[in-house]
Amino acid sequence: MKRSLLFIPGNRPNMIQNGLVLPADALIFDLEDSVLEEEKDAARTLVASALSSLDFGLKELVVRINEMSSPHALKDIEAVVPAGCESILLPKTEHSDDILELDRWLDTVEQASGIPPGSTSLILLIETALGVEKAFELAKASRRVKALALGAEDLAADLGCERTGEGTEILYSRTRLVIAARAAGVEVFDTPFTDTYDEQGCFLDTVFAKKLGFDGKLSISPHHLAPIHKAFTPSQEALENALEVQQAMQEAQREGRGAVALRGRMIDMPVLKQAERVIQWAKAARMLKGEADDESR
Amino acid sequence: MKLLNHAKAGTLESGDVFVTVTPGEELLIHLDSPVKEQFGDAIMDLVRKVLEEQEVTSGTIELSDQGALDCTIRARLITALERASKGDVS
Repeated sequence: MKRSLLFIPGNRPNMIQNGLVLPADALIFDLEDSVLEEEKDAARTLVASALSSLDFGLKELVVRINEMSSPHALKDIEAVVPAGCESILLPKTEHSDDILELDRWLDTVEQASGIPPGSTSLILLIETALGVEKAFELAKASRRVKALALGAEDLAADLGCERTGEGTEILYSRTRLVIAARAAGVEVFDTPFTDTYDEQGCFLDTVFAKKLGFDGKLSISPHHLAPIHKAFTPSQEALENALEVQQAMQEAQREGRGAVALRGRMIDMPVLKQAERVIQWAKAARMLKGEADDESR
Repeated sequence: MKLLNHAKAGTLESGDVFVTVTPGEELLIHLDSPVKEQFGDAIMDLVRKVLEEQEVTSGTIELSDQGALDCTIRARLITALERASKGDVS
């Protein structure tokens, strides 16, 4: 599980270099919106060169490619997948056919590069009304899809609504995406908070997203990593309680029981599922020694 | 790779390198870098290696380094060479 996924403009060497030390759980090297049309080739080559030669540690390495309808998408895939990109963020996802075509491209590139087949994952960026409507279908289109992510700025433009600080206008889309992702069995990441220097606002926005069911949050600023992590990282007390619940349920299941009492409280599968989410966030925060590395890749 | 046109890649921002490539009959490499004294030889070795990989044997290569990492120098040089070879004047 990833708490934070930080966008890095793909044509900015100094920002790529900063990615080496920033504490994000995942880095998204952007070849799309942050790159001018005439610099697409330069950004693609730079990101591929950085991925193949720099050690970003345990961070997941994601690349946002250009739209499938553009002349750049296939070139992006051919450059970044052999270089070490672990997941592709597909922008403005609306059609299952695009996902299937991308799936086939990845099959070809993985085979040509000696990469285990199917090992490159997809994160679908949902940022149009049609994308929201079809979120479940899109999430089920390929076994490579491991998460949905909301892009609220483009979505607001598509909906013709005003983006506000409280985010009332995207509440339906947020909950719709969480339901679609859960129904499809994939993770779901919330839209970035856009006021770079409002760290408290980012924290409150992230707390709200977590309450809705999001697993993590996209970020467009390193300033937002601390508030995002603060919102998603469980307290030591919450972690200890979750581990206790997990242990009690494991013992109950060994004894053939589906529920067990723990300090006067009935523990069953829904409680265990919530406890396991807490444990997953704790792993992302490296709060559990010996297991963080397994979780991070 | 045959260089057909003058081309450039990169910027003068910190951490980047600005590369210009011009077709010519002999191979000339000019490096300007704030760390030329410490790393000039290593940068020149990298540039020659990339030129060899790209099979470029002639032309003028000018690099204005702003403290770029090797991966950035490699990427910017490849981009400039590819643009020059496609006749992409940018």
